[in-house]
Amino acid sequence: MDFSKLSLIEIRDGIANGKFTSEEVVRFFIAKCEEKKSLNAVIEIFYDAVDRAKEIDNKIKNHEKVGVLAGVPIAIKDNILYKGKKMGCASKFLQNFVASYTSTVVEKLLSEDAVILGRTNMDEFAMGSSCENTCYGVCHNAIDPDYVAGGSSGGSAAAVAAGLVPCALGTDTGGSIRQPASLNGVVGLKPTYGTVSRYGIVAFASSLDQASPICKTVEDCQLVLKVIAGKDIHDSTTIDNKLISVHKSKYTLGICRQVMQEAKSTQGGEEFYKLIQKLGDIFDIVQVDIPHIQNSLACYYIIAPAEATSNLARFDGVKYTVRSENAKDLESVYVQSRSEGFGREVKRRIMLGNYVLSSGYFDAYYNKAKRVQKLIKREFTEAFSHCDCILMPTTAGTTFKIGEKLADPIAMYKEDLFTVPANIVGVPAISVPYAKIGKFPLGAQLYADDLNEDVMFEVAKIVEKVGGVK
Amino acid sequence: MSELDNFDVVIGLEIHAELKTKTKVFCSCKNEFGALPNTNTCPVCTGMPGALPVLNRHAVCLAIKAGLCFGCEISPYSVFERKNYFYPDLSKAYQISQLVYPLCIGGGVTLDNGKKVRLNRIHLEEDAGKLTHISHAGGTLVDYNRGGTPLIEMVTEPDISSAEEAVEFLRRVREALVFEDIANCKMEEGGMRCDVNLSLRPKGTTTFGTRTEMKNLNSFKSVERAINFEARRQAEVISNGGVIVQETRKWDDDRGESFAMRSKEQAQDYRYFPDPDLLPIEVTKEDVSNIKDEMVELPADRRTRYVEEFGLPQYDANILTSTKYISTYFEKCVEFYNAPKKISNWIMVDLLKLVKEQEEIVFPLSEQHLAQIVKMVEEKVINKTVGLQLLDEVIKTHKSPEVLAKEMNLLVTISDEQIIELLNKLKNENAKVAADYKVAPDKVTGFIMGYVMKNTGGKANSAKVRELISKVF
Repeated sequence: MDFSKLSLIEIRDGIANGKFTSEEVVRFFIAKCEEKKSLNAVIEIFYDAVDRAKEIDNKIKNHEKVGVLAGVPIAIKDNILYKGKKMGCASKFLQNFVASYTSTVVEKLLSEDAVILGRTNMDEFAMGSSCENTCYGVCHNAIDPDYVAGGSSGGSAAAVAAGLVPCALGTDTGGSIRQPASLNGVVGLKPTYGTVSRYGIVAFASSLDQASPICKTVEDCQLVLKVIAGKDIHDSTTIDNKLISVHKSKYTLGICRQVMQEAKSTQGGEEFYKLIQKLGDIFDIVQVDIPHIQNSLACYYIIAPAEATSNLARFDGVKYTVRSENAKDLESVYVQSRSEGFGREVKRRIMLGNYVLSSGYFDAYYNKAKRVQKLIKREFTEAFSHCDCILMPTTAGTTFKIGEKLADPIAMYKEDLFTVPANIVGVPAISVPYAKIGKFPLGAQLYADDLNEDVMFEVAKIVEKVGGVK
Repeated sequence: MSELDNFDVVIGLEIHAELKTKTKVFCSCKNEFGALPNTNTCPVCTGMPGALPVLNRHAVCLAIKAGLCFGCEISPYSVFERKNYFYPDLSKAYQISQLVYPLCIGGGVTLDNGKKVRLNRIHLEEDAGKLTHISHAGGTLVDYNRGGTPLIEMVTEPDISSAEEAVEFLRRVREALVFEDIANCKMEEGGMRCDVNLSLRPKGTTTFGTRTEMKNLNSFKSVERAINFEARRQAEVISNGGVIVQETRKWDDDRGESFAMRSKEQAQDYRYFPDPDLLPIEVTKEDVSNIKDEMVELPADRRTRYVEEFGLPQYDANILTSTKYISTYFEKCVEFYNAPKKISNWIMVDLLKLVKEQEEIVFPLSEQHLAQIVKMVEEKVINKTVGLQLLDEVIKTHKSPEVLAKEMNLLVTISDEQIIELLNKLKNENAKVAADYKVAPDKVTGFIMGYVMKNTGGKANSAKVRELISKVF
């Protein structure tokens, strides 16, 4: 049976109903990962997943109570800790690191009897939009290997799109789940900030990071989010997001004037207009204003590097990171190890972060960015008083060729233009595939107000159906 | 005359004290001194990737208590920030501290000379680990047991003008923190540490001079010596036409001098920013009042009360309030027998010498027993010499003084007949006394009493004697 054609829920139900076993499913996906190794999406297969699958099969056979993800294989991004397994953030600096504890998200998946299948490729320390900044070698797009998978959760998106696993966790700091989901034609979610615990996930920008699933369907994402969400005593920033489902007879969809101005000249602009027209029959469509939404990207490239600089300082060559062989004294342990250990993009952001935090510049950059962030948040709140969800493109266009944007960091940063605002204001967003340009898929995003994942999922399911791309 | 005589010394202190919590400030590891290296550690305090800090509310309570000790305003909203710098004892390469919005603001301590040393702030932060340099191996070992233990940092305004004032201030701070169970303040274990900021200015002027900061002062003695050394050093430099460089200096206690560590130019830019992993600390008025209710009366307040209410000399009040234990012991004794000065004398003269070798003073008999002994002596049931014998015996046997006194036959054994005999003798020998008694008995009763006591070795019961005087005379 070709399990790669099934959704996570279909697989889950099949296992539960005895149509097939978790072991069969897990062995199938392991074989798939091995077969498509050249994609470079799954960088390590956890072969002990088979043993765990057998355990869960036994539980089912013995009619023991099992979790809502019983027997379903899930891959995790290489920045999520799973005790005893290697975790490297796609950085050669962490090449020998083995997790000494398990992240809350993995604990929660395991407690619902999921099977962790392996870890996926990413941009180093989640910095990048192409999955080219990685010590494992570039991750290829699931549709065409000459093209990028997007990033930073490129491995997770490509793995789901290529049928290597029905679900993979990613992390989204400025679009790192939604952008690669869009470029590979799968569904990618970022929940309200604080919904999912960050404990045991290597921090990039702590105030923006959220882990979340990439799946084939909106419904799959919704289920997995329900499992991994929740207030966590290990993460003070978590909130109690109830994720209650609601159904309305008709939803109001907001179209942001400022986003439309940006979108009209993009490669995906035309398809996006067509989508709005199609959706006009189903939803009430209103125009909303978020006058400073374009400033989100600037805020992001101040706040995220500032936090990243501090978060990445612990990788210093003293403890678990690789120490440079050229280190002679304390200073060279730091300087040499970090110079050799971090890649170009990571160094660029560390320098950027140090610059905006340094005395004399702190007010002009960091504090100002925080003020602008508050302003944009107010504008979003106002916009959501007129609509249930805001529809916008996920990316300006489809995937691009490997190497195409590597030399131009600004072009690469602009990949996040439509995804970054969700992180800056903390609201949930989901990217759903809705069209193709040639063979390449394109995603549309739905933004909802804080804690309104429920409405967002319902609207997303409709967009998913209207788009008709699976 | 030294060069220093032309200058005023301006001193500000930064004091770090380790809080007495059971667990660390951002994780649940034990907060204890002296454990095997790296045994009280976890992913959080060793700075493992993905680990996150979670605030220990008890540490906040203790820091608020510290603020209340010194009259600080408790901020309803305070923020943790990250102080970023690289050093191997700092596992995350940043220290979680507070900068712009500290927990406690203002306050101060009034010294004996009436001067108020103002506090700028008290904030909560985490301690770093400990490095051990192994010279023969050419390496350094890191122990993260201390990493993440809670500290308060108290920062004064530059109101201190001598080593004596600085030491008095530190004593007052330590006394209060220990009294309220906020901190142990064991300087030899690093439980309390002090940095000194010092500058000079020509006498009578008001503009501050360039200051230096001295670190590594781990006893009151070294604070005193370091201040005196640095004041003299600066005075010499200025008097010889030199300028003071703003720098951090390290005090070498063995050599009795400080040396420059780094100048202002070499100073680190800590790139503080609010820690996104922690929510702001919110403290309500109710929280503060609940914490206040848990607190005991402060030593300074007790001293005033002992002088004003109990009529004790300042000297007694100072000694009795030197620790919470002694003070509480004293007050309990007074509850049993309301003779504060007498109790004070016994504690200061007779009890403290028994325990002077103890690190942590605990008196060897209960408050009630001491009060009983003092009472028996005061009521002349026994005399002081016998009282001291009784004290020894109570300590040995833990029996009640009254029971023991009977068993040991220490009680007054003079019979009524013996007293009457003495009184008759006096009456016959001293006609004037008998005559005076008839006219004004009050005036001579004391004299007669004294006569009886003298002739009975103090063992006569004074109430009984009084009664018999009126009969015989």
